[in-house]
Amino acid sequence: MGYVALESLRMRSARPTGSVQMAAVRMQFTLYLVFLLNIYNSFVSSLYFHIGETEKKCFIEEIPDETMIIGNYRTQLYDKQREEYLPATQGLGMFVEVKDPDEKVILSRQYGSEGRFIFTSHTPGEHQICLHSNSSKFALFAGGMLRVHLDIQVGEHTNNYAEIAAKDKLTELQLRVRQLMEQVDQIQKEQNYQRYREERFRQTSESTNQRVLWWSIVQTLILVAIGFWQMRHLKSFFEAKKLV
Amino acid sequence: MAWFLLLCAPLMFGWIRASELTFELPDNAKQCFYEDITIGTKCTLEFQVVTGGHYDVDCRLEDPDGTVLYKEMKKQYDSFTFTASRNGTFKFCFSNEFSTFTHKTVYFDFQVGDDPPLFPSENRVTALTQMESACVSIHEALKSVIDYQTHFRLREAQGRSRAEDLNTRVAFWSIGEAFILLVVSISQVLLLRSFFSDKKTTTTRMGS
Repeated sequence: MGYVALESLRMRSARPTGSVQMAAVRMQFTLYLVFLLNIYNSFVSSLYFHIGETEKKCFIEEIPDETMIIGNYRTQLYDKQREEYLPATQGLGMFVEVKDPDEKVILSRQYGSEGRFIFTSHTPGEHQICLHSNSSKFALFAGGMLRVHLDIQVGEHTNNYAEIAAKDKLTELQLRVRQLMEQVDQIQKEQNYQRYREERFRQTSESTNQRVLWWSIVQTLILVAIGFWQMRHLKSFFEAKKLV
Repeated sequence: MAWFLLLCAPLMFGWIRASELTFELPDNAKQCFYEDITIGTKCTLEFQVVTGGHYDVDCRLEDPDGTVLYKEMKKQYDSFTFTASRNGTFKFCFSNEFSTFTHKTVYFDFQVGDDPPLFPSENRVTALTQMESACVSIHEALKSVIDYQTHFRLREAQGRSRAEDLNTRVAFWSIGEAFILLVVSISQVLLLRSFFSDKKTTTTRMGS
């Protein structure tokens, strides 16, 4: 609501003289409007799921390197008296842990009942984002479940175009082209990652091939050697027993 | 001021999103996701099993009344489009209850409505210039490229996990078989020796 007041002030203070200035003012107003709406964006309900008290929910994101990920979450606790989900109490928070493909923890923080976490990948691969509640008191949950609204944006989707437009003062066409450039950048990064993955796949297959080949040769040799040993040992055994 | 709020209103309700998540589904587990959708919104649910067992999962989509809109058992990949017939919470569940010990990794992409426009509805009143519509069509084409890339990446991940599985299995099996061979052959010899040792004592006893 503070933004709305600011907006009306801006409108009143900017007195357009020519049509060009009018267009410029309208443009800026439009951008501020979009900026405002993006604020609302993070508080609107999105996909949600239920999580138990000690349960840990993990999500996997397979991403190329230098990719930014923004995660927004919002929690609600089931209120038995009112029989509905209400925003969680102050003490309840969520613990967010992000691991990179080498099992190294790159983000490990506790946020409140509503939070936003951002990280950038430095190695390509499967990153694991795990969430669990920090509650240890059973009374808080009252045997119910915690409702978690989660939204994870990857790569190009993390860009806030309104902000970019306002900062670099881009026209509509320039902004659209900028968006296309970001998309193409993401595609290029993904293709690069694909090449790296295909190399790994090929190495694994070649290693399997070699192992199978090596093993069949060794197995044949072992069999033959054992056969010889068995016959020789038994022959000497029977000769000793004077049966042969 | 009122005009400003009026502009805000239609964009605020029925906000459109796409949620794309990959999660692990343990054996005998069921995971449900919910989303509040307004009437008339076109939604698409796409899912693919990335790793685990026979790469299949049960999927079920229900509307707010509990009517099953989509139900498939043991499906590897599917895409389902529907239009919300009423306001409320739609629920979709993935179930791995038929599996006894394999964990599955499932990817799903739930798209509700169309993408939010880059600019608010004010600009949609005036027609787009040729350049702008060219940009829009390139944007749509690139979105489908990214979508294909994602599906390719998932299939490649599947192939790669199978190959890595095979590799470790071959390694363990070769060591295991070598060990079994040695154990069996040595015990064969020892067993034969033991047969002849017993017979010798019995023949001498019979002789005397």
